[in-house]
Amino acid sequence: MNDFAIETERLTKIYGSGNTEVAALRETTLRIRRGEVIALLGPSGSGKSTFLTAIGLINAPTSGRIVIGGELIMDGPSALTNLSAFRREHIGFVFQKSNLIPFLTARDNVQIALELDHWKASDAKRRALELLDSLDVADRADHFPSTLSGGQQQRIAIARALANQPSIILADEPTAALDSHRGRQVMQLFSQVALQHGAAVFVVTHDHRSLDVFDTIYNMEDGVIRLESAPLVQAQAGPPRA
Amino acid sequence: MLLMVVMGMGGIYRGIIEDATLLVDEVKADLWIVQRNTRGPFAEVSRVPANLVHRALAVPGVKTAREFVYHTIQRERAGDPLRIAVVGLSWPTDKGESLPIIAGRPLAQNHFEMIADSRLGLPLGEQIRLGKETYTVVGLTENMIGSSGDGLAFCTVADALDIQFDVPGEAVRLERQARHARGRLSEYGRKQPALTELAFAIPSEIPAFSPRQISAVMVTVAPGTTSHSVASIIAGWSDVSVYTSAGQRDLLLRGPVEKVRRQIGLFRVLLTIIAGIIMALILYTLTLDKLHDIALLKLIGAPNRRILGMILQQALVLGVVGYGIALVIGLRVFPLFPRRVILRGDDLTQLAGIVLVISVLSSMLGIWKAVRVEPNEALSG
Repeated sequence: MNDFAIETERLTKIYGSGNTEVAALRETTLRIRRGEVIALLGPSGSGKSTFLTAIGLINAPTSGRIVIGGELIMDGPSALTNLSAFRREHIGFVFQKSNLIPFLTARDNVQIALELDHWKASDAKRRALELLDSLDVADRADHFPSTLSGGQQQRIAIARALANQPSIILADEPTAALDSHRGRQVMQLFSQVALQHGAAVFVVTHDHRSLDVFDTIYNMEDGVIRLESAPLVQAQAGPPRA
Repeated sequence: MLLMVVMGMGGIYRGIIEDATLLVDEVKADLWIVQRNTRGPFAEVSRVPANLVHRALAVPGVKTAREFVYHTIQRERAGDPLRIAVVGLSWPTDKGESLPIIAGRPLAQNHFEMIADSRLGLPLGEQIRLGKETYTVVGLTENMIGSSGDGLAFCTVADALDIQFDVPGEAVRLERQARHARGRLSEYGRKQPALTELAFAIPSEIPAFSPRQISAVMVTVAPGTTSHSVASIIAGWSDVSVYTSAGQRDLLLRGPVEKVRRQIGLFRVLLTIIAGIIMALILYTLTLDKLHDIALLKLIGAPNRRILGMILQQALVLGVVGYGIALVIGLRVFPLFPRRVILRGDDLTQLAGIVLVISVLSSMLGIWKAVRVEPNEALSG
């Protein structure tokens, strides 16, 4: 079994063409181990979100390869599998705003992810309640998102991301809308999830207050990723910008 | 509401057809003998002599022959106009027993009694003055409407003719004087002055005057005889035309109600198209409102077919709910309409089918938009 949850190889993303051409990613190579919790820092416009959406299989790279769980998924802009189904089975997303579906209850927001993966409704309901319980929001299962606090919404979003037991969790600024206390709780939750579920957690963040919970920290600038610190797990960053 | 109007239009369309053919269907005649080269009493004025009944009875295969008188009058009641479609019943053969009487009784005497439809608003026992006589409402029917939408009132043929040919007393006196003056000036009057005295008699006592004429004669054929064989004999008479009941019905639908029927039918089609367009716009707007959620669903792995299914489901729910509301409101509102609105099961089923088709078609615009949504749009905003 391959040790790496995600491997990117010389990943490049270019927007526009000719005079308007902008390289958002420049030959970025990165390997993320299973169970590793990674933070990606960097100023706005540095390419963090482009990298996140590329490895999340929602924004095809211009060139380079993406290997997930040892399986080559993207070879340049070409998808080698059904991305929609692959995302559903292997990747969980958490966003800056919780991005819950407003007209569904907390439980339904989690349950829908399971039903999309062909779970029976009764099993999906039970599993959704288990997940909400594990994140201490089971008492909010029948509430709509608008009646929940930011922290509760983010927990439910994490529950949804965990629903299909993904091997990768991608989070884009998950604590931006939270105060420092709740932000730290969410970051600790990611660490806990990685530990309990063995999922690789990749978090794009500006929040420097909770960096101690991450195994590895990268910094991104002008489309190039550099290793900032790797206190626990040895990660391999791509080549420095030329 | 629009679906209710579409439903109502269908009901009015059906009501016009039912009202137009109601009388033809209810009187249960096999053949209608009418004035030569006319289309019968429902389409135009038809005049035939009352003794035509006896000629018809003499035709082999004829079981019964009845006089038919039909005309519409307008009077005033409590300050409001009252339109009555008067139908003459052939006393004593027909006392109105076959009518759908919901209160009271059939006619029990040759004169001054009337069976009125409840639409006329005349209660049982009401006395109404028509012409020189007062008629008592002895029975009430339900949904007996003439082709013009007016409630029917049934009395004997004699009374119906009295109502139809009522002339004010002064006009009668003037006519008698004029008749007398003409008689005196005529050759017969000069040779036999006593004859001019006849000018003051009532018309039925003057042999030179024909009896009052009726609208048509209704014929039923004896068992074992076909309508066509009897009709072919009567058709040989040069003073009348003969139609089967189906022919009379067909003439009605192609005649007086044809334009109204077609106009309402076309209006209904237009309304259905407009309802479809409005539903499409509603669904498109609802889809636009949910683009972010759709992108989110795609992001978490929902396949396009699942999202299309949701939009289609929404469209069908909208259609079914709209149809249900239209039906519930319609059933309460339509009876208040001045003309009958008839909601038939097959018409409602047909409209339900149309609504389902509209729902599916109108969701296409929303589906087209949803298919084009990229999952990464969930990350924006």
